Amino acid sequence: MFPKPIEKSSRSWQITYQMLLPVALIVWLLPLIAVAIFSIKPDADFVNGNYWGLPSSFEFFTNYGKVFFESDMPRYLWNSVLITVPTVIGCIILSSMTGFALGVYKFRGNLLTFFMFIAGNFVPFQILMVPVRDLTLSLNLYDTKLGLVLFHVAFQTGFCTLFMRNFIRALPFPLIEAARVEGVAEWRIFVFIVLPLMKPALAALSVLIFTFIWNDYFWAIVLTQGPDSQPVTAGITSFNSQFRAAYHLMSAGSIVAALPPVIMFFAMQKHFIAGLTLGAVK
Amino acid sequence: MATATPTTRSWYKRNEIAVTPWLFLLPGVLFFALYVIFPIFQSFWISFHEWDGLGEKTWVGTANYERLLGGDRKFETSFWNNIKWLILYLLAIPMGLSISLFLNQTVRGIRLYKSLFFFPFVISQVVVGLVFSWFYLPNDGLFDVITGLVGIDVRGGILGNPNTATYGIIAAGLWPQTAYCMILYLTGLNAVDPEQVEAARLDGAKGHKMLWYVIIPQLKPATFIAFVVTIIGALRSFDFIAVMTNGGPFGSTRVLSFYMFEESLSEFGFRMGYGAAIAVVLFCLMLIFITYFLWSMYQDEKGPR
Repeated sequence: MFPKPIEKSSRSWQITYQMLLPVALIVWLLPLIAVAIFSIKPDADFVNGNYWGLPSSFEFFTNYGKVFFESDMPRYLWNSVLITVPTVIGCIILSSMTGFALGVYKFRGNLLTFFMFIAGNFVPFQILMVPVRDLTLSLNLYDTKLGLVLFHVAFQTGFCTLFMRNFIRALPFPLIEAARVEGVAEWRIFVFIVLPLMKPALAALSVLIFTFIWNDYFWAIVLTQGPDSQPVTAGITSFNSQFRAAYHLMSAGSIVAALPPVIMFFAMQKHFIAGLTLGAVK
Repeated sequence: MATATPTTRSWYKRNEIAVTPWLFLLPGVLFFALYVIFPIFQSFWISFHEWDGLGEKTWVGTANYERLLGGDRKFETSFWNNIKWLILYLLAIPMGLSISLFLNQTVRGIRLYKSLFFFPFVISQVVVGLVFSWFYLPNDGLFDVITGLVGIDVRGGILGNPNTATYGIIAAGLWPQTAYCMILYLTGLNAVDPEQVEAARLDGAKGHKMLWYVIIPQLKPATFIAFVVTIIGALRSFDFIAVMTNGGPFGSTRVLSFYMFEESLSEFGFRMGYGAAIAVVLFCLMLIFITYFLWSMYQDEKGPR
């Protein structure tokens, strides 16, 4: 193990390390801690210039109540859910199929198709922006959640295919060969043999895609406008113009907007990290 | 129909292994081609036109590129800011490695520390941008308060000053990116071969020598991924700029991705052709890296199945 395990070093360094940990964490998360404190402060603190002192009163319920009951925030949040969840489902379905095809079969063009998915996944969004916006307009899907979902599904399929294909490649291949010898149809091999083994990959991809899509901002402002279909990342900017310079409310709104992926991360940490670090170990 | 069914079925049966992969690929490939592959070529095509996004496209040949490369000051600023982003963003890799080395211990509660260190990455860039813009507020921002204690005063605040604004935004971007690199290295460190480390220890290697000659070579796969995601992240930077400065002050924080958006879809008009030309330049910049990434991955793939 590297660095040298702390148990094997001197007592004084062990104690220093234990004390250093929380200090380092506080410094690292300082901007977030500040916002969390902002969000429970009363309005008066900002008027009086008490930005960084202790809150003069505890206004958690007032501030968050305003976010939920006096703004469009709940609508934006709901839009985000309606955009994110179908995208996750669509990506998983499409990419488990493409991943299966590319991971199990040998055919001409396999590697080429695979690299097309990877390459597409790396391109800058801006090169897609004008044509995709035009396509969405011509499908009459501009400013709809469906228009956004369709694009996200298509784009994320690139990354998901990379992930699924590599995962399926690591599965024991003799299992599939044995099924073939038994005369099992190929699509049954997919549904009854490969799919059940892919559960960890499906879980990892779901949390990852959930986070990516929830946090998307660029496509939200390119393909939608207004509270009817915009997700919360775009909504937070109009929320902020509604409460300009009301830092306690803007902070509370930001925390609300950021929270779902955070909860998702802490609930499914193992899968999340397994997904993100795919390939970091050979 | 009654006679056709058995023949088709037997044809499918005979060619099952050859046909199945294409059936499985079809929906994904079609979708991906429609929304990702074709648009790339369409953007190239549009970049040779003048177009407001609604009416007819007018062919202008290479006029957009000539204007772009022939002294468009906004383009030059954006391009050099992109280079700054590329170089400074790479700091996330050594910073992430340092934090992962710091946290790679087995004391009580370390798992929670690791997740809390990682969690800036999970928050949307929009929120991180907002948080940092408050952090940088002139006079009242925590950053200004802290630097004020040591007597440094940035005129107009970090984001209000054209000389510092881009660096302020990059610093905000480095925060989640470092967390990402950290988690990659933590996973990599977990898989470092303990026997090699012990052997090197017996040979008297320790400290930075051990790190440089024994550990870092073993972390190569993690470093490669960290490099890929950091480069992509640097060139995709858009959210931070849109939220924190909206390109200002005096256009000093524009990057190509932001400038492209501004030209094609903003209150200043819908110059889709010019925007597409900017996107093509950004794409070509990215293509250098994409080619290298794909080439490296291809080397790995050539190994035996």
